[in-house]
Order: sequence, then structure tokens, then C-alpha cells
Amino acid sequence: MKSPSRRKFLKMVGVGGAALAAGAVGGSAAASDGLKINNDNVAMLYDATRCVGCKACMTTCKRVNLDSGSLAYEQAEFDPDGLWDAPADLSGDTRTLIKLHKESPTKWAYVKHSCMHCQKPSCVSVCPVSAMTRDPESGIVTYDKGICIGCRYCQIACAFNIPRFQWDKALPQIVKCDMCKSTELPRIGTTGCASVCPVDAIHFGKRGDLLAEAQRRLDAEPEKYIQYIYGAQELGGLNHLTIAGFPFEKLGLPIVGDQPPAEFSEKIQHTIYKGFIAPVALYGSLCYVAIRNMKKAEQHNGTEKKGDDA
Amino acid sequence: MSHHDDYQTHQAKILTPSFYVLLTLTLIGFALIALRFIKGIGAVSNMNDGYPWGIWITYDVATGTAIACGGYAMAILIYIRNNMQYHPMIRSAVLTSLFGYGLAGFSVMVDVGRPWNSYNFFIPSRWQVNSAMFEVALCVMAYTTVLLIEFLPAILTTIEESKWRRMHAFLDWLEPHIKPNRAAVLSKLELVRLGAAWLRPKLNKVLIFVIVLGITLPTMHQSSLGSLVLIASTKVHPLWHTGFLPLLFLINCIYIGFSIVLIESIISSYFFKRPFEIKELSGLAKIIPALTLIWLTVVIGDLAWRGHLGTALALDFYSGFFLLEFCLVAGGSLILFNGRKRESVRWLFVSAALITIGGALYRFNVYLIGFQPGKGWHYFPSLAELMITVGIIAFEILGYQVLVKVFPVLPKLHLDLHLPYGQGRHLPEVKGSKA
Ligand code: SF4
Ligand code: SF4
Ligand code: SF4
Repeated sequence: MKSPSRRKFLKMVGVGGAALAAGAVGGSAAASDGLKINNDNVAMLYDATRCVGCKACMTTCKRVNLDSGSLAYEQAEFDPDGLWDAPADLSGDTRTLIKLHKESPTKWAYVKHSCMHCQKPSCVSVCPVSAMTRDPESGIVTYDKGICIGCRYCQIACAFNIPRFQWDKALPQIVKCDMCKSTELPRIGTTGCASVCPVDAIHFGKRGDLLAEAQRRLDAEPEKYIQYIYGAQELGGLNHLTIAGFPFEKLGLPIVGDQPPAEFSEKIQHTIYKGFIAPVALYGSLCYVAIRNMKKAEQHNGTEKKGDDA
Repeated sequence: MSHHDDYQTHQAKILTPSFYVLLTLTLIGFALIALRFIKGIGAVSNMNDGYPWGIWITYDVATGTAIACGGYAMAILIYIRNNMQYHPMIRSAVLTSLFGYGLAGFSVMVDVGRPWNSYNFFIPSRWQVNSAMFEVALCVMAYTTVLLIEFLPAILTTIEESKWRRMHAFLDWLEPHIKPNRAAVLSKLELVRLGAAWLRPKLNKVLIFVIVLGITLPTMHQSSLGSLVLIASTKVHPLWHTGFLPLLFLINCIYIGFSIVLIESIISSYFFKRPFEIKELSGLAKIIPALTLIWLTVVIGDLAWRGHLGTALALDFYSGFFLLEFCLVAGGSLILFNGRKRESVRWLFVSAALITIGGALYRFNVYLIGFQPGKGWHYFPSLAELMITVGIIAFEILGYQVLVKVFPVLPKLHLDLHLPYGQGRHLPEVKGSKA
């Protein structure tokens, strides 16, 4: 243990103590309306230093979720025979993607893109019809195409640009990772991508355990890692954690801060509306004023037939 | 409160050249909409996963409803601020609002990917009160209904006084082909007329409650249109992302509303060759700069408080658009502060146009120009996408043009009809107005 900060120390010890971790890790999040990070949620830890870029996770994700998730194989331009599945980015056909970040011929890293399963997800906060929901127990954020109206507000709201829309379909839907909630998770107890990773770069488990494991790796090989767990506090806590040897923004994981935007917007909305009392009060008082004005005008009209001084 | 004396049907031909131009644009737009439903949104639009909302939401919904706020602004002025002398102007404002809102709702149905699921808005267990969009959607639907009811008296009066000229012509035309039972049809028509005559006074009694609802609802959803992008705190440029968005959007829609009433009145006087309502117009014009002044103060104060005044003056892409928006609104207001210029139709038109464009640019800045989802994302609307919006706007103008010739919408002209237009006229002696 190389003189870890108090926060890191607590994170390390915080294995069993969800409460401890919530107090320390969530130090900033706690300030925002007592939002607590739940470390009993299921989560995934992606270790960019381990990933060898074999993309087994990508192909597995597509294979197991193809029909239920309305995914499809994507053909590249160089591949007229359609031999490979070659998505260039997350899309209406693809839930997860391994991208290469290459700084020099000897310095490079892979990074996995998929839903972060935010603890205070913006997509859930904005969906007008509750098609995006977060299961409080597992923390999994799921999408229901049977309810979705396709307004794409979730895309606007998500800081990671995760939800994707099927632009080329007449009957489109949103596509995003749901931790294999209806496929591999009930079937084998882990996610498709984690189950096939040959080097354990994707690890599935309880969030508290994964935080501890991540910290253990950071401490065991400090020269290999940036001393930071991406997702421990981002936007009030993510259930998809990432550790890496490169600054995270270079890998395409944006600096987003610890405050969940949903907290901010909901607070303003609720302040304005006050549980619908404000609009009703507004209506009531406006009615009063308007009717009084009408009466006045009528009286005025009765006493004074012509008034053309305006 | 039967004010139907205040209005008159504009007597003119419906099938003018502009009618055909607008009709063509409308048809092109609707053909492209059909294409969108067959081939998907990507086939007609440049929207992408980084810019999931394009020109349809930004213009048709976020900006279009502000431009349609004339009815809202006038209702506040007349019924709440008690300026009954403006009453003759409200019906045309309501009609414009009705089109603006109705078509905003229609655009949303074109824009959303799974419109058949929209019934979920009416299922309480699916309600998501945290979502600003939920609020906007319900309010817009309710407000469109309210506008329809507000416009109903115009339709009812027409039915009541109708001689069914067109119907007779139609029957005459039918006669050689199939023998219609003329007596039966006419008795049905009489029934409709009686129904209208029965309904109108009843409606007039409760109308005020509907009108006030028509003030409450826009107050709610116009501010919510600002709240809508609050959540995209990492994407909306700091020049525009502020907790004051709801307030700024609310004030913004009111001054745009008044400016649009000015513009609309000037344009219809010009094209329909009626005298300008200069007195009412300059009265309205006095209110606008007060509102913009508050708005500009909040904008500057908020930027200063958040420490972004420097960002505003950085003269980069974003600051350029910010300054443009700011100068348009400020410039237009400056003109209106001058009492003499307020008496001139030309200056009124110029300033109202500047303020409307500036206010609309503000909404574009918030929703599109200042929206930066991350590296590598670009958006500029495609031609087809633009033509759909143009088609919808054309339909709006077309509908207005036709309806003012069918229903009593425009303010009634009085004795001074003989004045050549451009010289203004005096306030008509309006019944039920304290003037
Ligand atoms: S990463 Fe985006 S899509 Fe996933 S839960 Fe968070 S807000 Fe929702
Ligand atoms: S696109 Fe669907 S899931 Fe996303 S916010 Fe709209 S209704 Fe909800
Ligand atoms: S958890 Fe399942 S859905 Fe999500 S990326 Fe992995 S395999 Fe795909």
C-alpha cells in the first residue's frame, strides 16, 4: 500500500462495508440529496491493460442478443462478401464495441464501449413513458421497446452517447446493453461478454467486490495503471468500472464530474412544479384576475356607451 | 362576453397564386414525410446518434411553439393585464397559435421513431413526472385542444349565419349524377345550425375558464422546453447551459409572441390590403422592450455569476452565435425604445423581425448550435429534412390564408375603411371594450 489517500484506503477496505464506501466514495454524491451509491448492484470491471482486442465479447454479445435485442451484423465496405461483422461504432445494430487507441507503434490500448449502467441514470430520468427503467435491486438499466415512443431523449441525456437508434428502419428502436438481462444472465449467471473474455479483462460481479479488486490491481502494479477507477464516482457512480494505463479521456471516456445531471434537472423541475401545486395555484389566481377584469369591462361598458380615448 | 362583433371574414378569393405555391411546397413536404415512414428517418434526415434531435425538434417544436405564442401573449395582455382594447386582435393570434401548436404536435409524430406507442402518455403507470418531455407532451396536447375551443366561436358563428352557399353549389353539381334528397340534406344542415346556435352562448359562458387554461399551459410547457436540455449538462455549451433555462425560455416566448403578433398584423394588413392597426401595434411595441430588457439582464447576470462573460466574448464559433443572438434581440429592442419609431410601421416591422429572429436563434443555440455531443459528431440538416419543415410551415401559412377567408378572424374594419393603408386608422369603436 503506497501511501494511499484516505479515499483510496477506504475504497480498499470498503469491500464488505458498503456503508463505509458510500460515505467515502460517495462523499460528493452524498451532498446531492443523500444519493447513496449501492455497492450490492451487479457490475462489470473492464481492465484495459489486460484486453488483447480479440473482440470475442463483441461477437458473443451479438450472437446471444441478436434476436431479442434486434441486433444485426454490419458489413464493412472492404468486405463485399460479408465475411466479417465490422461495426465502426456502437449503433442500432451493435451494443458493445472494442476500440483501439494508438498513441505510437509501441503505445496503445483497447477500450470497451457499452452502457455504464449509471446509478442515477439520465436516460431513465428523461424517458417520458418509462421505457427506460433501472432495477433498484440489480442496478441494471433496461429498455423496453414495447413502451418506447422513439423520442430519442435518452440519447440527448446520456453523457456517454450509449443509446443508439435504428435510423435506417421503418420500425426503429433504441439499442443498448442491458447486461444480458434476458439472455445470458438468467441462463449462466454472468454476462455474455464477461463469460468469453480469454484474459479476464471483463469481470462480472458485485460492485463492491469489483471496486476492491480494481483497487487491488492498481496497488499491485502501480506503474502499469493510472491510479483512478473510472466509474467509482462518475455521475454519482457507474456500475461499469474501467481501469487503464492511459488517461481516460484519451480512451474516449469523457471527464464528466461526480454530480449526476439527473439530480440537477429533477431538482429544478420539482422546484418549479412543487408536486403540481404550483400550476393549480397559478390557474386559480389567473382565473380570479381574468374574471374580475371581465366584470369590470362589462360594467364600464354599461355605464359608458362609447369609449374611444385609447 | 360575446365579442363576435369585433371580427369579420376577409372577403377575397381563396385560390390565389400564393395559394398554389404554398400548396406545392406542402405537397412536397408531405411526400417526403411519406418516404420517412416507409424507409425510416435516416432516409430523409441527417440526424445521427450524436445529434438525435435535428431541425424538426429544434425548429418545429422548440422554436415553432414560441413563434406560436402570439395567442398566449395576447391572452395575458387582454385578460390578465386588462387591456380589452386589444381584444379584436386575439382571434387571428389564436388561429396562428392553433396552427403552430397543432403542427408542432404533428412534427413530433413525424420525428419520433415509434409513434404507435404514444398511447402510453395516457397510461398513468407509465407516467414519468421527472421527465420534462412528459410535461411538454401533455401540455402541448392540452393546449392545442384549448386553442381549438378558443377558436370554436368563430366556426360556430359562421355556421349559424351560413347560407350554405357552397353546399348548394355542391348539390347542384351532384344533381345530374345522383339525385340527392335535397330536403333531407337541408333539414340536416338546419339541425347543425341550430346546434351551433345553441352551443355558442353556452360556450361563451365558460370560455373564460378555457382561456385562462390557455394562459396556464404555455407558462408550464414553455419553461419546460428550457428544462428539457438541462440534463445534457456535458453537451450543451456553458454559454447556454444554466439553471435559468426555464425562466429564459418563458420570457423568450412571450416577447417572441408579441413580436409575431406585430409581424402577422402588419403582413396581413399589407397583403389583404387593409389599413394598419397602428395604434394597437405601437401599444404592443411598448411592452416588448421591457420584456427583452429583463431577459437580457438575466442572460448577462447569469453569465457573470457563472464566470462565463469571457467565454461570451471569446469570439470563437460559439461566442459568435451568442453575440449574434444577443445583438439581434438588443438591437430590435433599442429601436422600440424610441417612441417615434414605434409609430412607424416600417420600424415596427424591422424591430419585431430582429427580435423574433434573435429569440429564435437563442432556441437554435440551445438545442442545436451549442449542442456538442463529443468529438467526431456532425450535423447539418439534409435537403429532404429541410423540405419537410418548409412543407409544414407552408401548410401553416396556407391554412391561415384560407381560414381568414372562411371564418370571421381578422379585426373588424369600421368607418375609416376609406383611409389608404399605410396611414393608420383610429381605434374602432368596439363593443365590450373600455378602449
Ligand atoms: S450510460 Fe447512458 S444509457 Fe447507460 S445507464 Fe447511463 S445514462 Fe443510461
Ligand atoms: S427514445 Fe424511447 S427509451 Fe429513449 S427516452 Fe424516448 S421513449 Fe424513452
Ligand atoms: S453485458 Fe451482455 S449486452 Fe452488455 S455488452 Fe456484454 S454481452 Fe452485450
